[in-house]
Amino acid sequence: MLTRHTAALAALLLLGTAPLAQAADKPTDPQIAHIAYTAGVIDVEAAKQALKKSKNKEVLAFAKDMVRDHEAVNKQALDLVKKLKVTPEDNATSKALTKAATEERAKLAKLKGAAFDKAYVDNEVAYHKQVDGALETLLIPSASNAELKSLLETGLKIFQGHEQHAEHVASMLK
Amino acid sequence: MVPKRHLWFPLALTFIAAPVNAETIQVTIDKLVFSPATVEAKVGDTIEWVNKDMFAHTATVKDGWDVMIPPKNSASLTLKAAGAVDYFCRFHPNMKGHIAVAP
Ligand SMILES: [Cu+2]
Repeated sequence: MLTRHTAALAALLLLGTAPLAQAADKPTDPQIAHIAYTAGVIDVEAAKQALKKSKNKEVLAFAKDMVRDHEAVNKQALDLVKKLKVTPEDNATSKALTKAATEERAKLAKLKGAAFDKAYVDNEVAYHKQVDGALETLLIPSASNAELKSLLETGLKIFQGHEQHAEHVASMLK
Repeated sequence: MVPKRHLWFPLALTFIAAPVNAETIQVTIDKLVFSPATVEAKVGDTIEWVNKDMFAHTATVKDGWDVMIPPKNSASLTLKAAGAVDYFCRFHPNMKGHIAVAP
């Protein structure tokens, strides 16, 4: 089930980004800002669901870390777009991410206890991996503003850190 | 300058065990990187982590000490034991540092 979801998210990301493979169709900075911001919001929402549903100490601590870090990154992102006078622009990739995340949350809503914890943490590992990939191969190379690029690079390190953190939590749930 | 330096040497040796001789070594955290990533210290020295990020970090040794470093803030630890330690951030395990503590 998880594998299917991951594959679906990968496909969605690819669908969203495939037309962008051509140089002329690279995402613009306003689109990149929107995608990065959306990716953070999604993880905060997933964490808030976990904070409501989980009773596991490690899972709760992890979810709190996700809320804190992604809200901090997104605050920096909002400050930056304001400073650059850029208006984040909705786009196919952001939409695909949001749609996949909404479906995942609906699926997780039906689970309880250890089954929920495992599904949440496994999805966190997969999700962070996906976003790392998108940041590395598409968003960072496409960003034209140096400050935006730098913020995305910090975002990548945060996401990579969370991926390892999630893997550690997953290993403890086994 | 050279003769002065020679004068200092015996003095330094005399006080080597006294806390007054202990140093504070700063490690800066910027964009999820500890720098310098490797420091050399001695027992009694204090490591001060200065966090320039908007994120909370930790300096954590597996089965050892754990220092919380709040965003835009700093935190310190006085080294009590000799030996080399690898530390990492619990929130972002991709952040790594190393301290070689001389007796
Ligand atoms: Cu950290």
